[in-house]
Amino acid sequence: MASGRIWIRGGRVLDPSTGRDEVADLLVEDGKIAAVGAGLAASGGEVLEAAGAWVVPGFIDLHVHLREPGQEYKEDIASGGRAAVAGGFSAVVCMANTQPANDDPSVTEYILDRARQESPARVYPVGAATRGLAGEVMTEMVALVDAGCVALSDDGKTIMDSGVMRRVFEYSQLARVAIITHAEDRTLVREGVVNEGPVSTRLGLPGNPSIAEVIHVARDLMLAELAGAHLHVAHVSTAGAVDLIRRARERGVHVTAEVTPHHLALTDEATLGYDTNTKMAPPLRSETDMRACRAGLADGTLDAIATDHAPHAVHEKDVEFTAAPPGVIGLETAVPVTLDLVRANELAPLEWVRRLSTNPARIIHRAGGSLAVGAAADIALVDPERRWIYDPAKGFSKSRNSPWAGREMIGCAIATLVGGVLVWDVERGVLLP
Amino acid sequence: MTGRDLLGIEGLDRTDLERILETAERMQEVGRRDVKKVPTLRGRTLINLFFEASTRTRTSFEIAGKRLSADVVNFTPSSSSLTKAESILDTAMTLDAMDPDAVIVRHKVAGVPKRIADALAAPVINAGDGAHEHPTQALLDCFTVKQEKGRFDGLTVTIIGDITHSRVARSNLYAFTKLGAEVRLAAPPTMLPTGIESLGAKAYTSLREALEGADVVMVLRIQQERLDGQPRRRDRARSRRPPPERDPRPGAQRRRGADGRPVSVRGALGEARGMRASGARSARQASEGDRARVGVVEEVRGEERDG
Amino acid sequence: MVLDDVAIRRALVRIAHEVVERTETLPELYLVAIPNGGVPLARIIAAQVRAISGLEVPVGILDTTLYRDDLTARGVRPPLRRTEMPSAVDDRAVVLVDDVVSTGRTIRAAMDALMDFGRPRSVQVIGLVDRGHRELPIKIDFVGKNVPTQREERVVLRGLSGDLEGPLEVVILESDGGAA
Repeated sequence: MASGRIWIRGGRVLDPSTGRDEVADLLVEDGKIAAVGAGLAASGGEVLEAAGAWVVPGFIDLHVHLREPGQEYKEDIASGGRAAVAGGFSAVVCMANTQPANDDPSVTEYILDRARQESPARVYPVGAATRGLAGEVMTEMVALVDAGCVALSDDGKTIMDSGVMRRVFEYSQLARVAIITHAEDRTLVREGVVNEGPVSTRLGLPGNPSIAEVIHVARDLMLAELAGAHLHVAHVSTAGAVDLIRRARERGVHVTAEVTPHHLALTDEATLGYDTNTKMAPPLRSETDMRACRAGLADGTLDAIATDHAPHAVHEKDVEFTAAPPGVIGLETAVPVTLDLVRANELAPLEWVRRLSTNPARIIHRAGGSLAVGAAADIALVDPERRWIYDPAKGFSKSRNSPWAGREMIGCAIATLVGGVLVWDVERGVLLP
Repeated sequence: MTGRDLLGIEGLDRTDLERILETAERMQEVGRRDVKKVPTLRGRTLINLFFEASTRTRTSFEIAGKRLSADVVNFTPSSSSLTKAESILDTAMTLDAMDPDAVIVRHKVAGVPKRIADALAAPVINAGDGAHEHPTQALLDCFTVKQEKGRFDGLTVTIIGDITHSRVARSNLYAFTKLGAEVRLAAPPTMLPTGIESLGAKAYTSLREALEGADVVMVLRIQQERLDGQPRRRDRARSRRPPPERDPRPGAQRRRGADGRPVSVRGALGEARGMRASGARSARQASEGDRARVGVVEEVRGEERDG
Repeated sequence: MVLDDVAIRRALVRIAHEVVERTETLPELYLVAIPNGGVPLARIIAAQVRAISGLEVPVGILDTTLYRDDLTARGVRPPLRRTEMPSAVDDRAVVLVDDVVSTGRTIRAAMDALMDFGRPRSVQVIGLVDRGHRELPIKIDFVGKNVPTQREERVVLRGLSGDLEGPLEVVILESDGGAA
């Protein structure tokens, strides 16, 4: 990465890795953090005035669908990478459900190669756990990890066969990475498209019961415990799952978990207008579930905020609710949406940053999430007060499937650095080297 | 009425319902005339957009429109789009080009009329969407009950059948509740959707209890293809056991202690006061249905012109 | 005040006499009231005709709402009113009864509605008040009182006891609803 000096002056430096929370200057040199402290004397190089802003380790999104290769009409590595840095993310973890699936080192290498050429954000691929995400034959996990995969998952193609799942957990020990699960028992979900409850009954749409998630989290926890593997539960949406994860961790199971901004901010009531941009998997849940997720995030049961950025084209979403693909984009709205927890005093600023950077880095065993001297200069500047109207058409993602279209947002990433290079400046847009 | 659309009973209040029923009553007199047609909607266009086939309802709307002198166009989407995902925006734009004064939509998926209404300038009347609502059917049922009973306050209306998959049950639940009646829903637990009591009805798994003192009984058709592994009809009707100790469904306590005798649907229905042979009723309802729908179309007409 | 109750009843008695005099086939007479104001007037006239001639005159009620051509312009949505036509209109000498006649559009709508019920021998019109501003070639055969008015004024028949059953009066209202 390019070098050069950048002074970030007068911001509130929030570094969960060191516990630092103070107004300070920060010097970036040769792609690394060279100095942090109050009143550093600037001499030479670019100056970023950060007064009023938070200076934080660049965010790492554990759950993104970049759609490349195969579905570039929805998103590609270039557009997804731009959306990421515009949202304050210096790195994204991309899921394996591309076409072809990332079940072979050649696909992993392709993704990484494209990312080097096209993406301003770092891209960490997730390898498939089974061939073709079919839930039957395991992939060559070690080869995938050697090629650069940071975790293994069949994500939305949940592995229903418990025997296969057990072997996936056991074999993953060789690869020494987390198995990420999209925990939904498909035999309970059936045709369900919205959370089963009063809202699904009012809408007259088939319900997806919360028990479908809870029962599957229970199974995966037991299997991971049996195998001694690292389970990472993706997009937790139910109170029951939060509770199970909390108790499993207490007894020593190696489990981590993430929650999406939409499950932290919205309930199934948001689906009452049949807007397909409120259709997600897992679905938006009840108020109780949302509260439990927020509490779980606050007490650390849920380690990370991850967007499950799932781009879909307008024509795919502009159909009957049952026919629309689930998922929403989230990279460009995660900061303002989750800052709401900070504003509500449910999460201290430092803890908010930890769940968006330090913890995700730890879960995928990659550097990041730190502003310590010597760390790679992956940095985001966040203005927690800035108000703006979100218009997906003006965003960087190729897709527009957001439940927040047209809403006023409070807070945004005003600058993002990756490896010491300024790649996003809210006034100038995405800057490519 | 909220906006100019009629998407469901849920968004209406008692005054709206009473006004529509009164209009339907007035229209009943028109239907008895030699010339059963009035010029109210002359030069106006109604589009019947039925994605899901229903000759009965479509014809009823067609007659309603024609009684009011509207030009009624039956717009049947191609058979391929009945099965494939349909672009709602495309549909709305195609319709808009026809410059309709109202569009009547039926679709097998809940919410499609709402989405079309969102995208379309003309008012939309929901003629049934998935398991969501079928407001004109409910208005018709209310009209029938009003003719029979003369009131709604203090009536107990029991709806029996597959509530989970029934738009008619939901619309009737809202309509009768808003009009002052008490609504009971009776079904095996597998056919009672989660949270149904939050909509204002009482749920029963004992048919006998649900029918106790009922003034009006409505029986919904159970579609075999939706049984989804459940046992045959006879077993549900015989259900003799009270619910287990820890029935998680709301209202379970109230249902406990049902007597142990087998209850047959037919026998229990006979006990319900006010029941008549359903065949005769539905024949009469058919013509009343036109009346009720004339009332609805007329209602939308007025709202539209006010705008 | 245009007409008080005494004046209204006096006018109706006179009109009843005129109707009896000028209707050749009195047994065919059929009074058809346009609601709401026409209804009490038609009943009073029917009673007078019976007193004069001994004949029982049928009174029908014919709502014109569904036949109106001016709903768009009015901007309000009049509710449908009851229609009750106890006798067939074929070959009857129908006399429409309205309280206040102005543009003639209500009478036009009433005639259209009437024709959907059959083929009357003749149609005549009683108007308690004719306030002018005619927009259609409609003639009032029996007028209680001609009242010159401003177009924006409203002339209404109303009951002193809240409904139209008891004493009546005709007043001019400003367009905002207050009495002039």
